[in-house]
Amino acid sequence: MMEPVLSVRNLGKTFVEGEQECNVFQGLSFDAFPGEILCIMGTSGCGKSTLLRMIAGLETIDTGSISIPGDPGTGPARAAMVFQDDALFPWLNIRDNISYGLMLSRDGVSEEMVSRRVSDLLDLVRLTSFSKYYPYQLSGGMKQRAAVARALAVQPGILLMDEPFSALDPFTRRELQDEILRIRDAASADCHPVAILLVTHNPEEAVYLADRIIVLSDRPAAICGLLEVRLPRPRKISDQEFLQFREDVTGLVIR
Amino acid sequence: MIRNNKQTISKIAKGLAVIILFLMIWEVAAIIINNNYILPRLGDIIWVLVHPLTSVLGGSSLVENAVVSLREVLTGFLCAVAVAVPIGLLIGNSKEVDSYLNPFIQMIRPVPPIAWMPFAIAWFGIGFKSIIFIIFMGAFFPILINTIDGVYGVRNQWTDVARMFRATSFEKIRTVVVPGALPVIWTGLRVAFAVAWMCVVAAEMLPGTSAGLGFMIMYAYNLGQLQVIGAGMVVIGIIGLGADGLFRAGQARFFHWQGRG
Repeated sequence: MMEPVLSVRNLGKTFVEGEQECNVFQGLSFDAFPGEILCIMGTSGCGKSTLLRMIAGLETIDTGSISIPGDPGTGPARAAMVFQDDALFPWLNIRDNISYGLMLSRDGVSEEMVSRRVSDLLDLVRLTSFSKYYPYQLSGGMKQRAAVARALAVQPGILLMDEPFSALDPFTRRELQDEILRIRDAASADCHPVAILLVTHNPEEAVYLADRIIVLSDRPAAICGLLEVRLPRPRKISDQEFLQFREDVTGLVIR
Repeated sequence: MIRNNKQTISKIAKGLAVIILFLMIWEVAAIIINNNYILPRLGDIIWVLVHPLTSVLGGSSLVENAVVSLREVLTGFLCAVAVAVPIGLLIGNSKEVDSYLNPFIQMIRPVPPIAWMPFAIAWFGIGFKSIIFIIFMGAFFPILINTIDGVYGVRNQWTDVARMFRATSFEKIRTVVVPGALPVIWTGLRVAFAVAWMCVVAAEMLPGTSAGLGFMIMYAYNLGQLQVIGAGMVVIGIIGLGADGLFRAGQARFFHWQGRG
């Protein structure tokens, strides 16, 4: 049995809205394993983004625990996030955006190493010829690819993606979905397998990408479904099996 | 491209037309009034302007006076930048600091800088230091307010990225808050410099000063030399315009990344 890169146990989160306390989720437990793509689905407002933000260390944990084995809590982050809109720094060019996390980390990475790693990442996301461009000069899809490269730069064990393709047109979206699969395979081949946790509203996207799909119920959210997507890759969205899976997932979400 | 050039030329021509009209009205009025103590002839003003290194009314030359004013304004302005930007960053980053300082700032902000003159003289004596203080008071608030606004305008997602990569508070401010707020701070600097430039001229007009464009204008007034006043005003306008142009050029140079593709 493979060791998980992420263990979430009995996680609970409460927000105070006005006078009322609101339980976002209660007793949430799951694991994520190296190299897998785990999609998280659920209706709007069920706390999917909050969950990712808690894993990224951007929200406090009220009850339960999130453990990322091998994370000392300092140095480069083990869980890196790609936001819904790219959140690139507009004042930095693409190369400097990608190297941002590396320049911050205080683990003695030499400038030469940073430069080499960034060049590799630019290659990986096919932005080498745009390295000196600024975000405003790139298309939405290119910016999102740069954001993925920035997250990958610190060689995280977990890549958190919060509806990263929702603002893109359908063609760019499909292109980026394939890109994610390619990046996952490249990372595994490079001996830095990365678990991808992807929040999405789109059942088709989930079935196309995921190894497993977690479906969250309404607030307070709990896991109401865990599906293993055992379809061969590359997956075809017109296959009967694919369509059946999509229906099953949709049914679970809107139940 | 050709259309663009035509548009630019036509725009410049329209602007020039109004300026020429104004000068013509001035000159005609000066001929009719025929009194150098009320309205000097353009030729007399231009004579002063084209002899910028000649001693004016037995004192310093136009250029020397302008240099004095510029030195004062730069000193006061840079002091204001050095104090207002850090305080603005502090207030923008901390609601706690904001709730302590904001009422105090709002209370002092509406006071015209020149109203501080009596206190300035009492504290710093007549001359350079008092003028610097007035300029400081004038430039301080536009820089402070814009710095605070700039920090408020920094997107949460940018600071989230810094936190996600485990930046320390100082790193977050250095690598995200300051660069993200800088375009708005820059606008504050531009406004502040314009205010500072007005302050220096006003402050130099007060008794006890002995150099600077404001002093030169006041001295010329006492001697009834209105063509010197006119020349002084032209120089003040040109320097103000030049400084603003520099700030705008800086904006285009440093903050091109704000552009929309």
